[in-house]
Amino acid sequence: MTTAPVNKIDNTIEDPENRPQLILNHTEFSSVTTDILRANESSKAPKSWYFALAISFTMMSMLGAMIGYLIFTGVGVWGNNNPVAWGYPIVNFVFWVGIGHAGTLISAILFLFRQKWRTAINRFAEAMTIFAVICAGTFPGIHIGRVWLAYWLFPIPNQMDMWPQFRSPLLWDVFAVGTYFTVSLLFWYLGMVPDLATMRDRATSKVKQLVYGLLSLGWRGSMRHWHRYERAYLLLAALATPLVLSVHSVVSFDFAVSQLPGWHTTIFPPYFVAGAIFSGFAMVMTLAIPARQLWGLKNFITMRHLENMCKVVLFTGSIVGYAYSMEFFIAWYSGEIYESFTFINRAFGPYGWAYWIMVSCNVLTPQIFWFKKARNNIAIIFTASLLVNVGMWFERFVIVVTSLANDFLPSSWGMYEPTWVDVVTFLGSFGLFMTFFLLFIRFLPILAIAELKSIMPIADPHGHGHSYNEMSGETNAQAELAEEDE
Amino acid sequence: MSEVASNTIARENLYGLAAEFATTPGIYHAAEEAHSAGYKWFDCLVPFPVHGLDRAMGVKMTILPILVFFGGMLGLTLACCLQIFTNSLEFDIWALIPVVGYQYDVSGKPLLGAAAFVPVAFEMTVLFSALTAVFGTLFLNKLPMFYHPTLKHPALARATDDRFYLVIEARDPKFRLDEVEAFLNSLNPETVIALEK
Repeated sequence: MTTAPVNKIDNTIEDPENRPQLILNHTEFSSVTTDILRANESSKAPKSWYFALAISFTMMSMLGAMIGYLIFTGVGVWGNNNPVAWGYPIVNFVFWVGIGHAGTLISAILFLFRQKWRTAINRFAEAMTIFAVICAGTFPGIHIGRVWLAYWLFPIPNQMDMWPQFRSPLLWDVFAVGTYFTVSLLFWYLGMVPDLATMRDRATSKVKQLVYGLLSLGWRGSMRHWHRYERAYLLLAALATPLVLSVHSVVSFDFAVSQLPGWHTTIFPPYFVAGAIFSGFAMVMTLAIPARQLWGLKNFITMRHLENMCKVVLFTGSIVGYAYSMEFFIAWYSGEIYESFTFINRAFGPYGWAYWIMVSCNVLTPQIFWFKKARNNIAIIFTASLLVNVGMWFERFVIVVTSLANDFLPSSWGMYEPTWVDVVTFLGSFGLFMTFFLLFIRFLPILAIAELKSIMPIADPHGHGHSYNEMSGETNAQAELAEEDE
Repeated sequence: MSEVASNTIARENLYGLAAEFATTPGIYHAAEEAHSAGYKWFDCLVPFPVHGLDRAMGVKMTILPILVFFGGMLGLTLACCLQIFTNSLEFDIWALIPVVGYQYDVSGKPLLGAAAFVPVAFEMTVLFSALTAVFGTLFLNKLPMFYHPTLKHPALARATDDRFYLVIEARDPKFRLDEVEAFLNSLNPETVIALEK
């Protein structure tokens, strides 16, 4: 697969007189379209794509097999036991919901803040959100034990004249995650309609024309449509912003509203939200780095985009670190013996190893992004993002398992150990996530093409040029001199 | 450039004339001119929302935000009714139809626990607002619409790529073929295209 030339332009330099270029080596609209859709339109995907799809699909099938085994045998196949009734499924649920949050942050919050760099990453971050929420939704669904009664979660009249308990955070979760999934899906799809129309108009086969034609709903680029579309997009961004903050807050209520030491704390909602964005951005980087390489998108997802994401990871990682220390401080300051014990037990008890994995991955790792050299080094970014993903999974493990395993009376304590079924199910959920993601990058517009065109300097109808990309190649000697670290 | 294929299309089959522009200032200027020339049934086909073009065309502010507000209020009302009816109440409508909820007594907490009903009420408000925003846009834009004269002409496919079109429809009361053609040509377009219905 051929890719567009990547000239050595360093757009990470902070120059107060010039806004940095966000789209490199493109001065025409048509070349942007062609360059982004090159991978989608080529008749064959790169070999590595087939290879990755084969692995992901196998893992997804394992998930299916594990769920089947669970349903036919019972929840005894898991390690969940009496004090630790939540175990892996809820750890995985919180982990996956958290991953999703970065997508909405990028698409909604950064949109309201007019952060134009978001346009290069919002589409696949939103896709990531949707697939992550699908993975997340799977776990509570199978954790309820009798899967065939899952409809009891919803307020549907049934033969027992019984209704859900609306004062329970677990039910709030059903509504929060359900709403979150629906709104994210709508946001993603609405944003994609104009790009699907572009794919329809460029389609070479009848099948593609028909499929993209149906999906694009007959979008014809009418400015009267764009007018309402832009308004709807703004409204959705304004709705998704409090929504995304509420979703992980509600997830944290599952813990915080209970009486358990280590869970019953007021810091949980903001701490969970920061952690969610932190892990989500790490996942965006984990996906973006191979995708830009493989799909030839380095002109769009530039070093500056990665550097900005590193800064977000540094910031949210520091909030998470602050939350960890504040939990400890309050545990001591409250004078509550159970609370104090729980935290000492977390760090130095039988699950201390998990706690220290969490601290080193989540608090120490992102601190490397204080250095520009690290923020501009692909290998370091990729490694750090993987470590953050690991750390954030362990954070949920620490929260769920340590508090349940050792709570009040030592007579009711019990250790938790996952079974092979737990582990395979968790790995299988990555298969589900990656399968969806790989299919998405092959068949749907991976970047927001229309939005990217609108931030190009030639898109400004008045030619004032107070848009981006002001510095042109020849006037910026600095940029020429700067070397690229890739 | 001025040779319009309109003579090959019967007048009653003519949807309108389209002028093609290669730049955003070009389409912006053309939209302003079309608006001030008094055309009502015209549109701009653009690959991305050109900043300020809707105002240049004289497009009125959409009523979508108002619809979304009422959509949200509907969601809020439904959520409150749902929670109060199912968890807090037991009564008969006109002493005939029994409405029976399920009154959980949890640690003696109030059945009508307003604070506990906030999260679900909030989520339902957002859900209904978002649904109204998306389906309201589609409804107001009359989408999906799989057949349209501007989708039919192969040249206009570039409207989703890199070209900008000003389309003046034949149903406009001021539409006189030669006048519109002359008007469009005066805007310095790349080309003028006649569109069949």
